[in-house]
Amino acid sequence: MNPPVATPFFFYGLSLIMIIGGILVITRKNAVHSALALITTLLAQAALYLMLYAPFVAGVQIILYAGGIMVLFLFVIMLISIERNMRERQFNKQWLVGLAAAAALGALFVAVYTKTSRGITLFVEGRMSYVENQNTQSIADLLFDRRAGQYMFAFEIASLLLLVAIIGAVVMAKKRI
Amino acid sequence: MDTLLHISTLHYLVLGAALFILGVIGVLTRRNVVIILMSIELILNAVNLNLVAFSRYWQSIHGPAALHGQVFAIFVITDAAAEAAVGLGILIAFFRNKETVNVDEVNLLKW
Repeated sequence: MNPPVATPFFFYGLSLIMIIGGILVITRKNAVHSALALITTLLAQAALYLMLYAPFVAGVQIILYAGGIMVLFLFVIMLISIERNMRERQFNKQWLVGLAAAAALGALFVAVYTKTSRGITLFVEGRMSYVENQNTQSIADLLFDRRAGQYMFAFEIASLLLLVAIIGAVVMAKKRI
Repeated sequence: MDTLLHISTLHYLVLGAALFILGVIGVLTRRNVVIILMSIELILNAVNLNLVAFSRYWQSIHGPAALHGQVFAIFVITDAAAEAAVGLGILIAFFRNKETVNVDEVNLLKW
């Protein structure tokens, strides 16, 4: 159980990658470039999960987002024609109102965080480290175990949600049923 | 300087807030539906980062087996997958009918 090394360096580097990737997602003209920037952001976020002692969530993030959802996005970008769309206006007419609303939301976040973080001691990285090889087992205990777990029912509901999503996607995308 | 160099929960929360605001800007200002869906993914990932950071905080109080935040993050990832599948299906149906992916040309229900 080694203590983490150079935590601020990795945190700020990965944060920079994530912020730049997010800015590229919402500003690029070509949707494929946006998708690639989004993949970069999600991979950096998986590395941040590893820093937070969550290796299972990091693996799920890489497999499901970079492997599943982004492939779906790229398929749909391939199906629709983007050449005509790239020559059009990229931002809608209400972009000024949208920016004002986002700035108001940011001011709200700043106000809340500066007001509530005073005098509260949250965890500080490096003070305690955990063994990572029990993480997956602990999550499975919470999800499936009869005594320790309370998320069994929610897990079944999530599988039902996925079934509904599969049927909905097929019904929406099929030409005639 | 000391608070900047010792990474705590609050650092992760600030990063999550920044990503959330970037996603909100994308949803509110872009016209392309594909990029709006990508911005929604950004928002969901900001929430996931908060959940995992709070899970780490909860672990530091209740021991290494208290992983409720990570379980919630997995549920949010499930929802994100379902939302992307249905949203892109709707987008394909819409593109087949109107030959456009711009969200301000979706005005059939407007009057």
